[in-house]
Amino acid sequence: MRLTCTVNGTEQEVDDVWEGESLLYVLRERMGLPGSKNACEQGECGSCTVYLDGLPVCACLVAAGQAEGRQVGTVEGLADADALHPVQQAFVDAGAVQCGFCTPGLLVATHDLITRTGRPSDAETREALAGNLCRCTGYEKILDAVRLAADRMGGDR
Amino acid sequence: MEFLQPATWAEALEAKAAHPDAVPIAGGTDVMVGINFGHLRPALLLDLTRVDDLREWTTGAGAVRLGAGVSYARVITELGDRLPGLAMAARTIGSPQIRNRGTVGGNLATASPAGDAHPALLAADAVVEVASVRGSRRIPVTDFYTGVKRTAMDADELIAAVHVTPPSGPQQYSKIGTRNAMVIAVAAFGLALHPDRRTVGAAIGSAAPTPRRAPAAEEFLAGELDALWESRAELPTEVARRFGELVAAASSPIDDVRGTAAYRRHALSVMARRALTWAWTDYRNDAKGA
Repeated sequence: MRLTCTVNGTEQEVDDVWEGESLLYVLRERMGLPGSKNACEQGECGSCTVYLDGLPVCACLVAAGQAEGRQVGTVEGLADADALHPVQQAFVDAGAVQCGFCTPGLLVATHDLITRTGRPSDAETREALAGNLCRCTGYEKILDAVRLAADRMGGDR
Repeated sequence: MEFLQPATWAEALEAKAAHPDAVPIAGGTDVMVGINFGHLRPALLLDLTRVDDLREWTTGAGAVRLGAGVSYARVITELGDRLPGLAMAARTIGSPQIRNRGTVGGNLATASPAGDAHPALLAADAVVEVASVRGSRRIPVTDFYTGVKRTAMDADELIAAVHVTPPSGPQQYSKIGTRNAMVIAVAAFGLALHPDRRTVGAAIGSAAPTPRRAPAAEEFLAGELDALWESRAELPTEVARRFGELVAAASSPIDDVRGTAAYRRHALSVMARRALTWAWTDYRNDAKGA
């Protein structure tokens, strides 16, 4: 089937999509957007977190056809042409990237968290990132990165 | 595989009537796992996410009519005050990503014995509204689960909504697993105190072939509370302990990778005792606030 949706602000159209395919597969294998990672394929790890109509979801659990006409935002859409997004820069500066596999999902989840709450408490951060697993177990640095990003983005509460 | 995307509820019911073996998909948190792992290859996927009616909730005649497609995230943010037991259960589900997609209707349709919403719905005497081109009918949730992942629905039916009455008393929910987020329950327990009718709803999850109520525990507790509703006196420790025992006795758990039957029984007795203690404390504090 044909799938048309808006990804990072650009309308995308792909053909020959299998009806049982996930949005994650479409993004990675048909649209050339491999930033969202494929790990557990069952919604456990959060590596494939993307925005779907503004809400963070696991792209592996969205049937391709369910994205028809919808707005999708991936990690590739966070940075602008010349600079990393402050959330991305904070992950680099805080040393929150080890093997890097969980990072794209954490970036999208953190972006959503800070956008919604401004300056999240540690408890809010732990709750908001509970669906993103880091197998390197670098969680302390990830928490540092979230605090740093929130500081730099000037949120207050 | 075919992919059908009805735009209206009438079209969805027609599609299900024409293709009774179609697999409905809403949040995809169960269906897509099955497809991704090759366990599920439906001839037809029936996507219900375009049916706007399913994503609405309304109040009327005392009960909240919760559309089958309302996400757990919305149950928490929009209905936390009206349906506290269900909202508590919703908070324990998966992760933010899962709660943004998963729906109460999907939980009911999958009817896993470990589904998190079930004990809360059972304790609150919820009623499931199902429909087909033949018409709609209401099934008390107590009669809805007929076996492991089996329900009282016919092949041409879809879940329209679930009706849940806002409580007259405190509700509690407790779930145990290996961590706080992203776990399938090892055991779960839902409790609703109904001071208006002087009854109690108590239900268990993950500890029997289906989610189920604990009738002997409910009757015992209602009998003991008969003398306490009015005075709001302290609950005797022995009553809470015995209630926990009776809840555990209502289960028929198995040993599996998540836990042993003995552990599940023990956990249920502890969760039921604690949930009752929390709920009764809330009930007593409510009186002080009023």
